[in-house]
Amino acid sequence: MDDLLVEFLTETNESLAELDLALVRLERTPDDAPTLSLIFRLVHTIKGTCGFLGLPRLEGVAHAGESVLGRMRDGDLVASPAVVSQVLAGVDRIKLIINGLGATGQEPAGDDTALIAALDEIAAGRAAAPVAVAVAAPASVVDAPLVETAAAPEAGLAGQTIRVSVDVLEELMTLVGELVLTRNQLLQISRATGTNDFTTPLQRLSHITTDLQEGVMKTRMQPIGNAWNKLPRLVRDLAHETGKKIDIDMRGQDTELDRQVLELMRDPLTHMVRNSADHGLETPAERRAAGKTETGRIMLNAYHEGGHILIEISDDGRGLNAGKIRAKVLANKLATEAELAAMSEAQIHGFIFRAGFSTAAAVTAISGRGVGMDVVRSNIERIGGTVELASVDGKGTCFTIKIPLTLAIVSALIVRAGSERFAIPQISVMELVRVGRQASLAGDTTSAEASAATLMAVELIGTTPVLRLRNRLLPLISLSTLLRLEKDTSRPGSDGTVVVTAIGSGMLGILVDDVYDTEEIVVKPVAPILRHVTMFSGNTILGDGSVIMILDPNGVARAAGVSAHGGNGRGDAPREVCLAATQHSGEQVALLVFRAGGDSTPRAVPLSLVARLEDVSREKIEPVGAGFVTQYRGKLMPLVSMGDAQTCLTRERQPVLVFAEGGRSMGLMVDEIVDVVHDHLRIELGSDRPGLLGTAVIAGQAADVLDTGYWLTQGSHDWFAGNAASNTRQKRLLVVEDSDFFRQLLVPTLTAAGYEVSAAASAAEALRLRDSGLVVDAIVSDIEMPEMSGLEFARAVRAGGIWAHLPMIALTGRASAEDAEIGRDAGFSDYVPKFDRAALLSSLAQSLSDAAAGMFGDAGTGALAREMTV
Amino acid sequence: MSETVTIPPVTANLTGERAYVILTLADQLCGVPVLAVRDVLADQRIARIPLAPPEVAGNLNLRGRIVTAIDLRKRLHLPPREAGQAAMSLVTEQGNELYALQVDQVSEVVTLPAADLEPNPPTLPAIWAEHAEGIYRMENRLMVVLDVGRLLAITPAQAS
Repeated sequence: MDDLLVEFLTETNESLAELDLALVRLERTPDDAPTLSLIFRLVHTIKGTCGFLGLPRLEGVAHAGESVLGRMRDGDLVASPAVVSQVLAGVDRIKLIINGLGATGQEPAGDDTALIAALDEIAAGRAAAPVAVAVAAPASVVDAPLVETAAAPEAGLAGQTIRVSVDVLEELMTLVGELVLTRNQLLQISRATGTNDFTTPLQRLSHITTDLQEGVMKTRMQPIGNAWNKLPRLVRDLAHETGKKIDIDMRGQDTELDRQVLELMRDPLTHMVRNSADHGLETPAERRAAGKTETGRIMLNAYHEGGHILIEISDDGRGLNAGKIRAKVLANKLATEAELAAMSEAQIHGFIFRAGFSTAAAVTAISGRGVGMDVVRSNIERIGGTVELASVDGKGTCFTIKIPLTLAIVSALIVRAGSERFAIPQISVMELVRVGRQASLAGDTTSAEASAATLMAVELIGTTPVLRLRNRLLPLISLSTLLRLEKDTSRPGSDGTVVVTAIGSGMLGILVDDVYDTEEIVVKPVAPILRHVTMFSGNTILGDGSVIMILDPNGVARAAGVSAHGGNGRGDAPREVCLAATQHSGEQVALLVFRAGGDSTPRAVPLSLVARLEDVSREKIEPVGAGFVTQYRGKLMPLVSMGDAQTCLTRERQPVLVFAEGGRSMGLMVDEIVDVVHDHLRIELGSDRPGLLGTAVIAGQAADVLDTGYWLTQGSHDWFAGNAASNTRQKRLLVVEDSDFFRQLLVPTLTAAGYEVSAAASAAEALRLRDSGLVVDAIVSDIEMPEMSGLEFARAVRAGGIWAHLPMIALTGRASAEDAEIGRDAGFSDYVPKFDRAALLSSLAQSLSDAAAGMFGDAGTGALAREMTV
Repeated sequence: MSETVTIPPVTANLTGERAYVILTLADQLCGVPVLAVRDVLADQRIARIPLAPPEVAGNLNLRGRIVTAIDLRKRLHLPPREAGQAAMSLVTEQGNELYALQVDQVSEVVTLPAADLEPNPPTLPAIWAEHAEGIYRMENRLMVVLDVGRLLAITPAQAS
């Protein structure tokens, strides 16, 4: 049913309930002017809205009722019981029609002439004589099925939605927050005392609390489309004012996020779209001259990733001009020429986030009114988000905003500095690096050997500590020094840990003494008298009842004078943006290196395939049948071991690589996580061992590359078995991909998702398969391929043959709006970034009929969870 | 949580009397309107807050709510408590936030006639005058009536 209609029905049902009460009140006190005008207003609103929605029958009745009420309001008619009864009869008819609407989405058929005539009679001032007839009339006029619907009004929409004040929801959220804290406290006590009578009920309480928390969170969730709905109008007006042609394309409107976050994002989003339209896009003439289509495009895309929401705002406009920015930076003395010369283009682009920076030569009425990107950035950072920027001169700009799903309860890393503990939100933690601190900080060269053996060393440039991390210099800040904490002498130990955090487009290492654990914390704002300490974003109560402060890495960076946005020399290589996966066989990819199964050969897996890394304590791993599971956020996650599972259970803490797909996840138990390296991934030797794709040289060492598809099926055969059974015929796919690595990665993944997969190593081979009569349901193809590119291939497929009308999905590292457009022009039905398994699967499901979509629902996971708990 | 002293519901009544919680700060008798006090707490575990103004002693957890503790000795520029001397706290609410005012000792609740409140003598040190509503002459001592609102008006500027 139309959203608008649903809203109208909800609202009208409320009005009708009010109307009944008011009419009865009016009958008792016929000269009650406020009640009369209330009734008039309610009926008038109904009439007005249904005229707008195109509901003629409802409009007719409401109009007749309104005429009578108008006469009463003007004092021409007295609200005698007879008149009120007639109006009530009209209201009853409205209810009847509304119920019919709620049930079918259509106005029910029926004849209202008698009723309308009776109302008009009264309105015309003629006697209310035919009242009795008119009141009786509805029942006889109404069709039989309608009487039925009228008899069960609660089953309609009125019963499904209610309005709840935001305050009530906020209060509920606060209470749930307290409940979570109390639960954590109880669990902590229970862990300390060992198993007793309380253990089982406490487990249940814990689960119920988690469910309740999720439920209450859900009530606060709103689709991001709510923050976007004003944008098309805004863009239209802007296009008008500036004489540009602009299309706005909004995707992922249904992506839900906490309403508090949504409210805070509304203004920055509006500002950025306005910027894109005003500064980013060119005039039609300029675009023509640049060889582009006259109409510029602004694309908004929102999606979930991990516990975050990513929002992309991109345009295919002129892009950022590094030259102009450089000139402006010099003019405003934000950096010296020498500093600028040492900066990369991305770092120079980063200057647009600096305070008081605007490249628009003239301040127009639209943007550039003093509210710059710096305000946008600080607004986003205030809610624990980050904003990144990628721009190609002449091609366009893309901003990627990463924000937490909710601000109320977040996952945080608990660390110690001095004798105090602090929480660092997980969203900003990229990795943890153990370092030999004391030795190096002391500058003692003789002890360097000791720390070099296993630990990375902190080096000093002058008095500034830095860490050489994978050939980059990472600026370091010691938390104890920054917060002026006394050294804790009671805890000797020379080692520290660097918490590598993402700040803006750069990175910052925060040096702490100890890292404890991750904990779900309830964020509470700090008292107003502490608001000036911007290093803290809030405070929280831990499971043991102690109060600790939550660190804001961006605030820490600012306080330490480290600029995350361009002023930081060569140290902070900008991270890839927008192109979530530029990884290609010829390019460097981030690889997670680990050891598993007691094997000394390191294993590697592309980092982008790993949803997260967990460190599960021994007692949280529970055997189920032949396998193991652990609880994560109240759900069971199957754990798979690469070697003998029993050896895994001898460890106190078990490192786990978590692979997630759709709503389900599985964990791979490994021996240790070695490193994350950026390297080319070329599989040199194939493997016939299950679960491994082959061997590649990574960071100068041979490593086995993991076949994630295989391990996903190991997670639980039930998922796939159950799905396959419900699916009468497996859909067939053809994968066209020149890189052996990606082909070997894709085929098992898609097979695991229940498809029957054929593969071709080149477009030419694929076309040969077509000509030989291979029947498939959809094609997944790479774009960048030697000889015949994916685009040419798509054109060839569309040109004729048995595949001409199949859905075709393009896999690419370059998922910009413009590329997607080119892809679509060539004949691709959808464009999916490489490595984005979830996007590929959902795109496939969507492309392949609704029947296929059912395969990816949550039903399988739910059934599994039930089986395991029984 | 350590024991909590519940305060009898003594309120300002119609006869023009006011009820105060009596406390001591470095041997000075002070009073806080009973209506401003939510709880009286014995010594609490307080988590320090780095970089906070010096008069902010830290945070404490009061039945799941975070309370900011203010050291009234520091606030009123009095010498610090001797080592080992436990503090008591009066919990008060302002703008939906809870604050714990740390004092040396909380003794009793008294009801005094409103008319007996005398204005601050002009010779009262500025730091006291700033935070006092007036003075009561008790049998043999003076009691300074503290203004909770002004005590909580800590500005970051004062901190530095």
